[in-house]
Amino acid sequence: MHIAEGFLPAEQAIGWTVVSVPFVGMGLRSIKCKIAEHPERRMLLGVAAAFTFVLSSLKLPSITGSCSHPTGTGLGAVMFGPLAMAPIGVAVLFFQAILLAHGGITTLGANTFSMAIVGPFVAVGVWRLSGAMKLPMSYGVFFAAMLGDLATYVTTSFQLALAFPDPASGVLGSASKFLLVFAVTQIPLAVTEGLLTVVVLNALTRFDPAILADVGLARLAGRAES
Amino acid sequence: MKRQDIILLVIAAVLVALPMVLVKAPADGTQGFQGADSQAQVLVGKIAPDFKPWFKPLWTPPSVEIQSLLFALQAGIGCGFLGYYAGLRVGRNRSREEHSDT
Repeated sequence: MHIAEGFLPAEQAIGWTVVSVPFVGMGLRSIKCKIAEHPERRMLLGVAAAFTFVLSSLKLPSITGSCSHPTGTGLGAVMFGPLAMAPIGVAVLFFQAILLAHGGITTLGANTFSMAIVGPFVAVGVWRLSGAMKLPMSYGVFFAAMLGDLATYVTTSFQLALAFPDPASGVLGSASKFLLVFAVTQIPLAVTEGLLTVVVLNALTRFDPAILADVGLARLAGRAES
Repeated sequence: MKRQDIILLVIAAVLVALPMVLVKAPADGTQGFQGADSQAQVLVGKIAPDFKPWFKPLWTPPSVEIQSLLFALQAGIGCGFLGYYAGLRVGRNRSREEHSDT
């Protein structure tokens, strides 16, 4: 989902940055509030960040014969709410842009929007929905992480389609081409991410059952976002 | 680790391994399993042949080997923290149990 350095027209690169900055700001404030409320959750936030760090470094093969990587943002979004993942996502994307020439500074705003904003918000939306439908927690986590991952790649496809509309078939025609590259490749990887997220959240709740009560409550009461 | 977790991890491993078994190497002799990100760059070139990236990465890893070194470093840092947290929690829970026994 990394749009490469310099690949978005300047005005769109700036536009996505302008859209993303407020989310990162609100995310920082949300993290600060949560840490002030529960200082013992500081380590858990580190776990959410570490999970994103690991998963976004793993380029996995897909049935389309290409490779891509999961995002790992679903776990943290479910535990801390979608906003908290915005600054964490920026940190990961920045590391990759500077040290790996993967993504870029000019496309940091657009990549943040897809990976650190849309993905986590979709994940939490699915998580709440699964709570309303009274799905077992593992299923809720699985679908949240999987669809959050997929949503990130769908977003990237549309961002690129918007920047490079097909001369004949326009933005939608172009989007279908980018979706073929990104979203279809991503389907098995998103499933893998969903499975791994369930395993990790299972482990975390075994270490500290209080987390379970917290995120479970958040799911039912729709508190995860505040 | 519970049985459910082991089953999930096995499914995940199969999902990762399966494409390498099922997908044949491209007929035109190019290397398979290219990154989707770079495929998207090629696609941009096809849709807008005149487009030139207007900004270059400040630094690019000098080789694929160096790049994989940095990716491994990224994964290593993340896993290191996850392992540290797991060890810390397990140790804390164990010492709490010991204290509550006496």
